[in-house]
Amino acid sequence: MVTVYQREPGRGPGLSRRALLKGSGAALVLVVTGSAVISPQQAWGVEPAALNPETMATLIQMARDVYPHDHVADRFYAIAMKDHDTKAGSEAAHKALIEAGIADLDQRAGEGGYRGVGWEEDRVKLLQDIEATPFFQAVRGGMVVGLYNQKDLWPLFGYEGESFSQGGYLTRGFDDIEWL
Amino acid sequence: MPAPYALTDDSVVVIIGSGAGGGTLANELAQKGVDVVVLEAGPRIEYEDFINDEWDSFGQLAWLDNRTTSGDWRVSKDFPNLPAWIVKAVGGTTTHWAGASLRFQEHEFKTLTNYGPVEGANLLDWPITLADLEPYYAKAEDKMGVTRTNGIEGLPGNNNFKILKAGADKLGYKDCHTGNMAINSDFRDDRMGCQQTGFCFQGCKWGAKWSTLYTEIPKGEATGKLEVRPDSHVIKIEHDDTGKVTGVVYADKDGNLQQQKARIVAVAGNSIESPRLLLNSASSKYPDGLANSSGQVGKNYMRHTTGSVYAVFEQPVHFYRGTTMAGIVRDEARHDPSRGFVGGYELETLALGLPFMAAFLNPGGWGRSFTSALDKYDHMAGMWIVGEDMPQEKNRITLHAELKDKYGMPIPDVAFTDHPNDTAMRNHAYSQGMALYDAVGATRTFPTPPYPSTHNLGTNRMSESPEDGVVNQWGQTHDIANLFVSDGSQFTTGAAENPTLTIVALAIRQAEHIANEMSSGTI
Ligand SMILES: Cc1cc2nc3c(=O)[nH]c(=O)nc-3n(C[C@H](O)[C@H](O)[C@H](O)COP(=O)(O)OP(=O)(O)OC[C@H]3O[C@@H](n4cnc5c(N)ncnc54)[C@H](O)[C@@H]3O)c2cc1C
Ligand code: SF4
Repeated sequence: MVTVYQREPGRGPGLSRRALLKGSGAALVLVVTGSAVISPQQAWGVEPAALNPETMATLIQMARDVYPHDHVADRFYAIAMKDHDTKAGSEAAHKALIEAGIADLDQRAGEGGYRGVGWEEDRVKLLQDIEATPFFQAVRGGMVVGLYNQKDLWPLFGYEGESFSQGGYLTRGFDDIEWL
Repeated sequence: MPAPYALTDDSVVVIIGSGAGGGTLANELAQKGVDVVVLEAGPRIEYEDFINDEWDSFGQLAWLDNRTTSGDWRVSKDFPNLPAWIVKAVGGTTTHWAGASLRFQEHEFKTLTNYGPVEGANLLDWPITLADLEPYYAKAEDKMGVTRTNGIEGLPGNNNFKILKAGADKLGYKDCHTGNMAINSDFRDDRMGCQQTGFCFQGCKWGAKWSTLYTEIPKGEATGKLEVRPDSHVIKIEHDDTGKVTGVVYADKDGNLQQQKARIVAVAGNSIESPRLLLNSASSKYPDGLANSSGQVGKNYMRHTTGSVYAVFEQPVHFYRGTTMAGIVRDEARHDPSRGFVGGYELETLALGLPFMAAFLNPGGWGRSFTSALDKYDHMAGMWIVGEDMPQEKNRITLHAELKDKYGMPIPDVAFTDHPNDTAMRNHAYSQGMALYDAVGATRTFPTPPYPSTHNLGTNRMSESPEDGVVNQWGQTHDIANLFVSDGSQFTTGAAENPTLTIVALAIRQAEHIANEMSSGTI
């Protein structure tokens, strides 16, 4: 089973300071170490069970490029991509779809692979070329719910979610607009 | 107290579906002392159990049985197995609905006369006029507690409405207000006033919004003349050698088939399931399906010309707070062919939560153009377009040639393609909607494509002559005297207005007719 976990700063599972340093290339945000993908800056990690950790790291980057929100941390994208690992664990065909899709993307990117392409714009061009593929559509389609239905993410967009328990907005600003 | 009726009791009126049409008809008949059994495919979920969460609520209430789509509409590409957003539960889609309750305009009952023939459209005049329906509209408005009728105050305007109103004023629109809503603005009919929770589409947990679930149905049950059987999916209507219907076959909650006898059957499963059921009930006597001598069963499927306009502003709006449909502009609802199309449309505020906005703003869209819009979610305002669409024979419900449901019945395919008049109207509405928001300083606007159909109409249409349609002015099928249609599938044409008030008015009128015919012994 894949887990997304919060690390205590500097002491995450499977990660020594050396590995961290070794893994940290200039533009690199996510670090693959052993069986995990970790985010040293933001103190979380993801340990895929079925997918290759390198695949997971690239998948998370791809997820961000598909639905880029600069104020949303990688962790949310990792949680959205977790579903593919879960599904890959029970369906060989799904595992093959994802692994082959990422391999293809890396191949198209050339040396350094997809994550080695520095500008989002250039990565997006690669994605546009595969937009019609089942692989791309599986990743994009899954995110519509997998990303945007994470309750922890809603406050980042100013969406307040459930309101019944608080008595609705009758006395909490349903008509509070002032700038009109 | 709910009255349990025997399966063999052939004196009852069986109503299929408990939504706007079925639920209303059931209560009206029970009040008149008629014995009624309502068979409802979905479960009974009381309003306390509704969920303030878009996807969870959708999973709880929506009709998710497999359907297919065809035709040129974009829904067929983006949501190939979800042509419509409707409900499978006691109360039907009146659990999800927003509550906008408008009367049709006089000319909309006579579109063929008033618009003239439109190429490719199957226009027809209704066999009734506004004057015929007015007394029943009045009863429906009272029953549903519609604001701005019967001395009921309008709802207060939320932020989304205030923006709509400011823009409407700038554009010179005159007829803009917080709507005629079947939502209590104050305590009425044992139900409380609106708390502005903003989850009208997820079922009102306060019961402030009218739904047959907690109005018509319990009132009918209290007479001792109404039994509602949830988890009872009707798969076939049966008839005898003379052609009269005699009862229905349904799958109960355990999937076992049961046969309920009936004196009269009324079909109210909404405009996809109702024609599907008539078609699936084909027999050697009625090889094309029940009540289908005209060949019109399933045809002329209408869904209103819809679309949305969302806009982003410099400052916050929080449009998800408060009633989902919080106001309306009616100035474009008139028939004025100088705009390049016949018929008219309404503009009504609409808000979606973040999860549904992500799914519906631009289905299939991705990249920064899409995400930068969502980044401004709390700075958004939104409106929904609802206009008259053209009935077309090729827009229709058919039985799928191969796919079957779990009871072995063919599933429905929903074919839809816009008529050029629909497209012209939508484009006009998009530009008016965008201009309205621009007038109050929108920094970006989004002409958003139609969602899966929430208004489903016309597939068993009402006609004067039996050759042109399926039912007469009472919703009684032309072919079979004791078979009725009691939902929006009766609509001859769709008008610009949201349909439910008209469905309810027709059901009240139909109940009177059925009760009269029963007591005079004609059926
Ligand atoms: C999100 C949303 C917002 C809306 N807002 C508005 C609005 O503001 N104003 C407005 O006028 N309208 C609105 N509508 C539309 C309105 O809800 C419908 O027009 C109305 O409920 C239709 O009534 P009906 O009786 O035809 O069908 P429904 O209310 O859909 O009821 C049909 C019932 O029949 C049952 N059924 C179907 N087939 C079978 C079968 N074979 N056996 C047993 N039971 C069966 C279904 O489970 C369902 O419960 C909205 C709809 C949605 C989805
Ligand atoms: S906004 Fe009003 S009508 Fe809508 S769900 Fe909340 S209380 Fe009910």
